[in-house]
Amino acid sequence: MNKEPFIRISRRDDLPIWKAWLIRIAAVIISLILCGIIIYGLVKLNPLKVYITMWQGAFSTEKRCWITIRDCMMLLCIGVGLAPAFRMRFWNIGAEGQILVGGIATAACMLYFKSLPTPLLLLVMLIASVTAGALWGLVPALFKARWETNETLFTLMMNYIAIQLTSFFVSKWENPYGSNSVGIINRTSQEGWFPSIFGQQYLLNVIIVMALTIGMFVYLKYSKHGYEIAVTGESERTARYIGINVRRTIIRTMLLSGGICGLAGFVAVAGASHTISTSTAGGRGFTAIIVAWLAKFNTFVMILVALLLVVLEKGAAEIASIYSLSEYASQMIEGIILFFILGSEFFINYRLIFRSKAKEVQA
Amino acid sequence: MGKKLIALLLALVLVFALAACGAEQNDDSADKTVAEKVEEAAENPVDTSKVKEAADNGTLKIGVILVGDENEGYTYAHIEGIEEAKANLGLTNDQVIYKYSIPEDETCYDTAVDLAEQGCQMIFSNSFSHESYMVQAAEEYPDIIFLPATGNMAATCGLDNVVNYFTSIYQSRYVSGVVAGMKLAEMIENNELTDANYNDDGTIKIGYVGAYPYAEVVSGYTAFFLGVQSIVENVAMEVSYTSSWFDITAEAEAANTLMSRGCCIISQHADSTGAPSAVQAAQDAGSNVYCVGYNVDMLSVAPTAALTSAQNCWGVLYTNMIGTAMKGEDLAKNNTVGFNEDGVKISALGPSCAAGTAEKVAEVEAAIKNGSFNVFDTSTFTVGGETVDSYTNCYGFDGIETIWDGYFHESEIISAPLFELRIDGITELNNN
Repeated sequence: MNKEPFIRISRRDDLPIWKAWLIRIAAVIISLILCGIIIYGLVKLNPLKVYITMWQGAFSTEKRCWITIRDCMMLLCIGVGLAPAFRMRFWNIGAEGQILVGGIATAACMLYFKSLPTPLLLLVMLIASVTAGALWGLVPALFKARWETNETLFTLMMNYIAIQLTSFFVSKWENPYGSNSVGIINRTSQEGWFPSIFGQQYLLNVIIVMALTIGMFVYLKYSKHGYEIAVTGESERTARYIGINVRRTIIRTMLLSGGICGLAGFVAVAGASHTISTSTAGGRGFTAIIVAWLAKFNTFVMILVALLLVVLEKGAAEIASIYSLSEYASQMIEGIILFFILGSEFFINYRLIFRSKAKEVQA
Repeated sequence: MGKKLIALLLALVLVFALAACGAEQNDDSADKTVAEKVEEAAENPVDTSKVKEAADNGTLKIGVILVGDENEGYTYAHIEGIEEAKANLGLTNDQVIYKYSIPEDETCYDTAVDLAEQGCQMIFSNSFSHESYMVQAAEEYPDIIFLPATGNMAATCGLDNVVNYFTSIYQSRYVSGVVAGMKLAEMIENNELTDANYNDDGTIKIGYVGAYPYAEVVSGYTAFFLGVQSIVENVAMEVSYTSSWFDITAEAEAANTLMSRGCCIISQHADSTGAPSAVQAAQDAGSNVYCVGYNVDMLSVAPTAALTSAQNCWGVLYTNMIGTAMKGEDLAKNNTVGFNEDGVKISALGPSCAAGTAEKVAEVEAAIKNGSFNVFDTSTFTVGGETVDSYTNCYGFDGIETIWDGYFHESEIISAPLFELRIDGITELNNN
């Protein structure tokens, strides 16, 4: 009789920002409760204690705070690099590869130009890494702009080339021989390492990435280029109609995106690891996509998202160590929390209308 | 646009070209020769007074960085060793902090620093390529002792708080080779071998799955090969590398390649059960093949194919080193134990082993223990057809003589294996 479905889904665009954030926070809390039930059910540990341990894993000592900040900056940097490309609906899945080539270029400079004075060496490393990353981003952009190739597959496959290239250079530079590892580059002399600022080893990382974050925010929101990116992303035809050179926009934006990802490789190698390996990118090129998306390309919101992900990661490693839980247990927690956060976006964009409720509305 | 692009391209080509043409990476201070450094390190043991202090007032903490977790044979053996040391020395659970699945990259440095900040006085790491990151941390925390296993930098890095340790695993590998040799002799006697098992020159094919082409692996497979050869003289061995310490699929694949080439016994220096499982599967399918494992008893995954496994007994080393430090006594920069200290062994012999194997094993072990026999006796092998009576080019230890009194002094100069000669009769299939 009543043909109306039990639940209907309808779009909503009028949700105030504070309500949207309320939904997000609720999602995090619900996910934590669910994780708590699972933790207790599986290993009979007090979930509250586990969460406190996770928090301590990220923040209990000054050193840990700095490492958390360092990793957060790294993820943020890649997210900032991805933002313009994704804003343009250009699916740059290739950050991983762009970071790696940037890292290779950085490591190469550290090994071969170490006689240069430090500021000059750092400048050379910066230029080399940005150029390498930009080139890695340029190739798929050129193909997309000229021949309409699928950029998702193209950038993804560029990753594998970069990984192989990294393996090649690792075996070339391996130290000690046979270890399949480059080890710490310039361990004793520290040429090409980021200098400590105010005694803080990772402060330069923060300065560089924060400058990029602010710069990218302004670029996307207030510059002509940012406008062109937004329009091209919404509709290429509209962009063409209002006289935007779509090809040039695609190429320019990918040069920028790849360049920043290459710079992330520079920060990773010179500012943090002082080595290069296939794990230099370590999947962060993909994680950063979540950062960029969740923050809806607002680079300041990205800071929060990146921090959340890094804290989860550090916490996961800590509970694995303290409670002898395998790393998979912590990955489960991470997965559940992310699932809820991503799921909350659904409830922010859509509303569920139940049958009875709908009737009342009709009445 | 076009010009800019070309300029960019050229710049990049230049960077990669510069990177590709070799320059030497060498940050060690060149004032002292390696031999002098090694000698100096041997004379200058590590000061353990801080560890004793902590042990006395109950604040002793030990950090352990592991490349895998208990599911991986090599790491499992280390965990067992640490637990044994804990029990022997009366340490509590809170005094030992394990860090599992730490990759051989900067994560190791972060982890070492983290353990240092948590108040550990001794920090162990169990995989070879952890070492560089451990040394980096050691430089920043001079009061804490860093102990990378299987490493070779303690003697040469110039720091007084880095200690290396490793077992004389080549001894038990040799004995595991004897076990394989006994089986091979039995197979020959029973006419179980086919033409495919023979090379054109009449030697019998055996195979070895190795991780990486460097000394630790080379030393191990050479010892195994010499063990087999001591029983059956006309053997030839093929080695297939997997470029990973732990890769079940690659190890199974390498074992399958070796078996398809006619190898009838497969041994391994890689940490998974991949090879034994593959050999058992081939045996179940009717092939006449057997395997010799590493780290863990392989009988559970290869009940009729596994003969034995060469095993490290890390508990002895961990008890010695932590115990020495807790007493405040001098801790050597290189620590090793072999059969004499019960630091290595072979696992229980499988049901497929040839008759008389146990007796032969006991005989060989006794000879190694009393020093009447040395595994790398130069009269038992040749390189390029020649007997070797001097070798001074070990990687990283140039200029140090390793052969005297008729044998290669493995694990004596430093704790990690140094033997890297490629002897006649062994072919590396994929070292490039």
